[in-house]
Amino acid sequence: MRTTKQKLSGADIFFECLRQEKVEYIFGYPGGAVLKIYEKLYDVKHLKHILVRHEQGAAHMAEGYAKASGKVGVVLVTSGPGATNTVTGIADAYMDSVPIVVFSGQVPTHLIGNDAFQEADIVGITRPITKHNFLVRDVNELAATIKKAFFIASTGRPGPVLVDLPKDVVNSVCEFEYPEKVEMRGYKPTFLGHQNQIKKAAELIKNAKRPLLYVGGGVIMSNGERELRLFAKENNLPVTMTLQGLGAFPGTDPQSLGMLGMHGTYWANQAVNNCDVLMSLGARFDDRVTGKVETFATKAYKIHVDIDPTCIDKNVIVDLPIVGDVKHVLAELAAEMNESPHLDEWWEQINSWREECPLHYENNDGKLRSEFIIEKISEKTKGEAVIVTDVGQHQMWTSQYYKFNNPRSHLTSGGLGTMGFGLPAAIGAAFAVKDRPVICITGDGGFQMNMQELATAVFNKLPIKIFIINNSFLGMVRQWQELFHAEKYSFTDLSESNPDFVKLGEAFGVKSMSVNSPGNVDQVLDEALSYNDGPFLVEFKVVKEDMVFPIIPAGKSVKEIMTKRLDPKEMV
Amino acid sequence: MKHTISVLVENQFGAFNRVATMFSGKGFNIHSISIGETETHEVSRMTIVTEGEDKIMEQVVKQLNRLIDTIKVIDLTGQSRVERDLALITVFYQKGTRAEIISICDIFRGNVVDINNKTITLEITGPPDKIDAVVNVLEPYGIKEMARSGTVALKRGEQLKFDKNSVTQ
Repeated sequence: MRTTKQKLSGADIFFECLRQEKVEYIFGYPGGAVLKIYEKLYDVKHLKHILVRHEQGAAHMAEGYAKASGKVGVVLVTSGPGATNTVTGIADAYMDSVPIVVFSGQVPTHLIGNDAFQEADIVGITRPITKHNFLVRDVNELAATIKKAFFIASTGRPGPVLVDLPKDVVNSVCEFEYPEKVEMRGYKPTFLGHQNQIKKAAELIKNAKRPLLYVGGGVIMSNGERELRLFAKENNLPVTMTLQGLGAFPGTDPQSLGMLGMHGTYWANQAVNNCDVLMSLGARFDDRVTGKVETFATKAYKIHVDIDPTCIDKNVIVDLPIVGDVKHVLAELAAEMNESPHLDEWWEQINSWREECPLHYENNDGKLRSEFIIEKISEKTKGEAVIVTDVGQHQMWTSQYYKFNNPRSHLTSGGLGTMGFGLPAAIGAAFAVKDRPVICITGDGGFQMNMQELATAVFNKLPIKIFIINNSFLGMVRQWQELFHAEKYSFTDLSESNPDFVKLGEAFGVKSMSVNSPGNVDQVLDEALSYNDGPFLVEFKVVKEDMVFPIIPAGKSVKEIMTKRLDPKEMV
Repeated sequence: MKHTISVLVENQFGAFNRVATMFSGKGFNIHSISIGETETHEVSRMTIVTEGEDKIMEQVVKQLNRLIDTIKVIDLTGQSRVERDLALITVFYQKGTRAEIISICDIFRGNVVDINNKTITLEITGPPDKIDAVVNVLEPYGIKEMARSGTVALKRGEQLKFDKNSVTQ
């Protein structure tokens, strides 16, 4: 800790602040407006800079790192295009509440607004997609601003913060002192749930006949998985999870009903539809979960625990709101539970739904199928790997067939649904996770959106596994075209234009293989999982026309769930 | 239902923009919005008049609170408050109508602030419905142009009940 004030340049202050925030990695790309920072970076020892190939990749890497580690992910880019290229990643982090801080270079303050070379109003552009953002106009404000940025990003409901750094501010000199804490009268996240509300919730659960816990990403962000497990196990409560909640409760536990919502399990959705007390924990009643709001959990008394008051009564009106940190609320709740509800009948009912309509795919015709591959990956890694997906069919199959046993193990773009998230996020996660395999399950479409980052993975010798589920289609869009758009497969067929993924991987220096029959899956997965000398790419050539089931069509109710492809004969 | 919401924000670059961006991003209506300094230099007060169902209004207040630059949000709707709009209205006059217009202005306790050989400019302050009434009356004469400030509002001071005992003792 420095006690005497010393004069430092803005660039030195920048690194000094990052050192105080214990930043280990910066994902970045140099350019004109940040040259001074990169000049200093050359001699910085306390953190490692990861050179990306595109700034969007940097933002997703920071997200992957943050989601896997629980720490703040840091991005450094130049002004103008460098900054605008991060926009998709920032929006993604905003939708999924991922703590990242993006530092963007900016033209000197006297040129702001002049349409200077590589100028973009990134503070204006990112205002609606950041939790907060700053333009630092004076070097004297730099240290306090960085402190605020990390504080805002990582507390309350986490989210992205952007700090815009004009070139002259970085070059100026001032006395440096890193504030120990920041006071912002407009920002005081509530951590403790209201005691009486918690007591009331406990009473409701105790007396419930058909309770259900609906668990979202908030449980993972608050590190509340232990409290959740304790509360659910002690009281024999069924648990269903959102896409972001997977891993908060072990997928192999019989009390787990798997995911709910559009592509959730039949039994989880039936349970939601029939429960008498629905307790939402760190979830936000997203439209992919609720379907038609008017028909969502109509029989249930709804309890909603969330740290963000704006989430309460936004999509679904609830009966008992509890604003607070879900970890804390769960601990309090468990303490209030002096008796458990009697749920034998309820479990019998749930299990009969489970038997009525299990997850199912065709595995007797000798064709290679995505579900089979993902099930194999789940078995071989015993649900212990960190799985990073892209967006689409493979993402939904992963959520259905991979049995996540740990939190911070399922990294996926949920809210924004960003294709191209997978590979860079897996790279970011690989910097945070060293003791478990990091596996990117992606599609042929999504992979091509950020495949340039293979270079980053190779250069850093990251032992990530890249499994491309190649159906030569933008599969999920194709599925909607088949089901809802008159089978007009408009611009979703990639079979004529896809590259040779093995050659592509090899061109980057990635060990690459291709598989097209189920018989080879075991052997290739074993080889990939035991390979530690860098990335390992496998292209799985799967059936083109498969669809994800079950599906509740958008805006529909559980009653309209489709559990299999209609036989042409049944379609009249 | 119309709501008048008073928001104290940090007097900082971009604070107004954040509120405006939030309103447009969430699809909330704005009838009027005004901003100015308060008794404290570092704090600005925004007065927002907005309209929507109760559920939406609840979200408006929550979303305003969620902004980092927001210090305090007070929904003045249904509370005892003072509300004022200021309007500058330039009206055409002819021979014979000038006196009428000035008398209308007097009735509404306005001021004549400018005049030339064709038009007369009035300054009217008051609650928004009073301004609406003035505009209504002046319309037949031909309004050349008008500028309205948007509503500013403050909660009334607490009305203490007269306590007989405290006087006699």
